[in-house]
Parts: sequence; C-alpha cells; structure tokens
Amino acid sequence: MSGFLQFIVDSLTAGSFYALFALGIALIFGIMQLVNFAHGELIMVGAYAVYLLQDLPWPLVLALVLAIVTVTALIMERVAFRPIRGANPATLLITSFALSFLLQNLARMFFTSLPKSVDIAPLLRETLLHGSVTIGWLNVITVATTVVLLGLLALFMSHTRVGVQMRAAAEDFEMARLCGVRSNRVIATAFAISGVLAGVGAILLVGQTGGVSVGIGLTPVLFGFTAAAVGGLGSLPGAVAGGFLLGLATTFLQQVLPFEFASYRDAFLFVGVFALMALRPGGLFRVAALTPRV
Amino acid sequence: MLRVEHLGVDYGRIRAVRDVSLHVEKGQIVGLLGPNGAGKTTTLAAIAGALKPSAGSITLDDEPLSGRAPEEIVRRGVALVPEGRHIFSTLTVAENLAIGATTRARGADLDQDVERELERFPVLRRYYRSNAGKLSGGEQQQLAIARALLSKPRLLLLDEPSLGLSPVLVDTIFDTIHELRESGLTVLLVEQNAARTVEVADRCYVLRNGAVVAEAERGELHPDELGAIYLGAREV
Repeated sequence: MSGFLQFIVDSLTAGSFYALFALGIALIFGIMQLVNFAHGELIMVGAYAVYLLQDLPWPLVLALVLAIVTVTALIMERVAFRPIRGANPATLLITSFALSFLLQNLARMFFTSLPKSVDIAPLLRETLLHGSVTIGWLNVITVATTVVLLGLLALFMSHTRVGVQMRAAAEDFEMARLCGVRSNRVIATAFAISGVLAGVGAILLVGQTGGVSVGIGLTPVLFGFTAAAVGGLGSLPGAVAGGFLLGLATTFLQQVLPFEFASYRDAFLFVGVFALMALRPGGLFRVAALTPRV
Repeated sequence: MLRVEHLGVDYGRIRAVRDVSLHVEKGQIVGLLGPNGAGKTTTLAAIAGALKPSAGSITLDDEPLSGRAPEEIVRRGVALVPEGRHIFSTLTVAENLAIGATTRARGADLDQDVERELERFPVLRRYYRSNAGKLSGGEQQQLAIARALLSKPRLLLLDEPSLGLSPVLVDTIFDTIHELRESGLTVLLVEQNAARTVEVADRCYVLRNGAVVAEAERGELHPDELGAIYLGAREV
C-alpha cells in the first residue's frame, strides 16, 4: 500500500512538472501552429534570474522571476515571431531553434558553461512526511502550484473575454480575426501566460535540482513537447492529461525496470510514446483542424 | 456604400479574381452569382480582409478597406458569414455569440441585441450553454448569421448561406435575409441558389473566371438565363 502511495506522489510530482511545460508549449501551438523550442530558454532565463536574485526574500524572488520571464516571452514574440507570423511551419520551427541557440549562447557568455548552485528556500529540501511514504515540501508545493495554476488558467480561459477569444483563435485563427479578435492581443497574451508557466516551472526546477546551467530547459521542453503531442498538440486539456500520463509512465518505469536498465528509462518511455503516436497520431485529445476556404 | 473597383486577387501564381467591379448602396441586397471557381468567395474574402488584393481598390463609404487586417475591417462595419459556417465548435453557443460581439462594449445595448438574435433564432436559446459543435448544419448557419449580426455591421457578407441545407431550412435562411432587408441592413450575398437570389436581390452580378460578365437590376435577370451566362454563351 505504501509503495502504491509513493508511486502516486512521485507520479503527481513528475506529472505536474510535465503538465506545466506542456501547457506553455500547447498554448502557443494552438494559436500560432508554432512549436516553440525556445520555451526551454524561457525556463533557462527564469532559472538564471533565480540564481541572480536568490538572496532576496522569496516572495520578491517569485514576483521578479515571473516578471522577467514574462517580459522575455513578450519580447520573443514581438521581435522574433511577429515578423514571420503566417510563414510556413518550417520557418517558424527554424526561427524557434535559432532563438533557442542565441539565448543559450548569450547565457554562456554571461554565466559561462559551468553549473551554478542555487538555494532559494531551505524549506524545499525538507521532508514533510517521513516513514513508509516520503513526501517532501517540494512535492506538495509542485503539485499545489500546478493545481492552482491549472484552475486559474481554466477560469481565465472560460470566464474572461480574452480567454474565450484565445480559445476561439486556437480553434480557427482566421475566423476569430474575421469576428474582430485582435491577433496581436491574443498571441501576446498566450506568450505572456506561457512565460508565467515557464517562470513557475523554472523556480520549481531550480528548487528540485539546486542548480542552474545553460541546458536546464532542454529536457523540460523535450518532455513538455512530448506530453503536448501525446495529449494532442494544441489542446490544453490534452497537454495537462499528456503531462500527467508522462509523469505516471516515467515513475512506473523507474519502479519496474531492473537496475541495469534504469538508466535507459527514457528510451523505454519514448518507445511507448512512439507506439501511442502510431496508434493515435493526433494524440489523445485530437484537435479538429478547421481550414477556412477563403 | 461599398465600392469595389477592378479587384484582382492571387493565390500564389494563380489569379483567382482578375477584374471585379461592383457597388452596393445602403440598404440594398446585392447578389453575386456564378459557377464554381468564378471568384465569388474570393471576392468576399478580399472585402472582409481575409485575402489581400493584388490589384484594384475596395472602399466603404469612401474609406479604403484594401490592405487592412480583418479585425480592423470588422470594426469599420463589415461582417462575414463564411461558406461552411466556421462556427467555433468547441465553444458554447453563448461564447460564439460573445466572439461575434468582440468589437463592442458590454452593456444593456449588447444584451438587447443578443436577446433579439435569440428571438430571431429560437434554437440558439435552446442550446445556449451547449457546445456549438453539437448543432446541426442549419442550426450552425443560424448561429453564424447571429454571430455576424452581433458585431452590428453596416454591411453583411453572406457566403453560400443555404449550402447543404434542407429546403425548409433554406426557406428559414431566405426569410431571415428578407427580414434583414426590412431592418435596413445592406447585404452582399453569394449563392448557388440563383432562383432565390434573383428573387431577393436588388441587383445581381454574374462572375465567370474571376471577372464580372453580367450585371442586372431586379427583374432584368431570369434564373433560366444563368446557365447560358455561366457558359459564356450569352451576355446581359
């Protein structure tokens, strides 16, 4: 029983991380049809911001990091993606890779390639429950933050004008514009929300790893993209479901794989993802592609 | 009111519209007829801002529309009901109507207009909180018209509103068009149902191969003549 409870706790924690990363990617893809691989560098910017601000009181660190990552996301949209809006998917994808490399190299220039250690709050290292089941404060904070953020996002998307406009734009961008929805506003809002999600993800990730490096965003963006694809690219509930499914799968593999295979966990995981994508190429929550005939 | 002069629209290297000139006066219903591929939908899309013209000009009350973004054109009083409806199927009927009213401020005036559309199309009230994707084709068409009307347009562009609907529903849609005329709304109507269009429109333009080949005031054009005009065997 305790083994099962531990499995649930670990799955929920990993799933929360993946859901946060997947949502940031799915939001942008839904509206712009852009897989933003530079989302990982938003996480990196957040992580370095935590490193630079770690001596400040934590509420201030939280507010400043979120502000910095959100502004970076908005600049990213304005400078890199707005000029090529409407271009073919390959152009958008290459731009996102170029931006990702540019930001990584800028970080390397300022911070070098060496990892930096960070200690934002000693609480994150402490254990809340010890015994047959181990629950750390970080587990609780990660899951609680994700649940609160998902709830707020769901409320925003269903109860605000901009939220409903974003859902309309995600379903049929051209028709939304023909109804008067301002494309710049919905895309900027999507980038801002994706920035907040990346910022929160960065803080939790730094809390978990205790360090920052240039490549800190690479694995999260890979898993986030995979979770979003599993859920159905562009679908927000799909991204969340995909994130938690991936969390469940990674934890399961961690527990059942023999010791000598444990380091190949991700290889086994991606075999499963390939199989799922072969069976359901559109993901779990397939998004109906509506192409206006104009 | 609306003036289109020598409009040209390209899809890459293909010229879909090469020379369309037409005008629509305030309060009129004007029909655009023609065979498939004549450029009717493309003309409407260019007026609504979904496509950029490669030649010519489009003005609404002497104000240029060409080159403006679709969201700006809606704010200048032009609303499009596209072919295929393009309702937002994952949004509720209420949310679809709210999207139609994007350009307007919330308030009693808007609430009154939503109420008017729900009276005009009672089925929308029945499914108000349901996902629009659950509606039938005819119900979706009613939603698409109501959504466009909620932007309070001066000019309504209707693209194939009766396409794929049962005869009863076609009657409902044309009754609505009659009602809109009574309310003084200006309508540019693209339709395959030439007989009904000729009956309702003050003037009709016939398009063929991306150009206007005929123009006729009400009573000057008989639906039986259209086949010959479409094929180029007869001019008006």
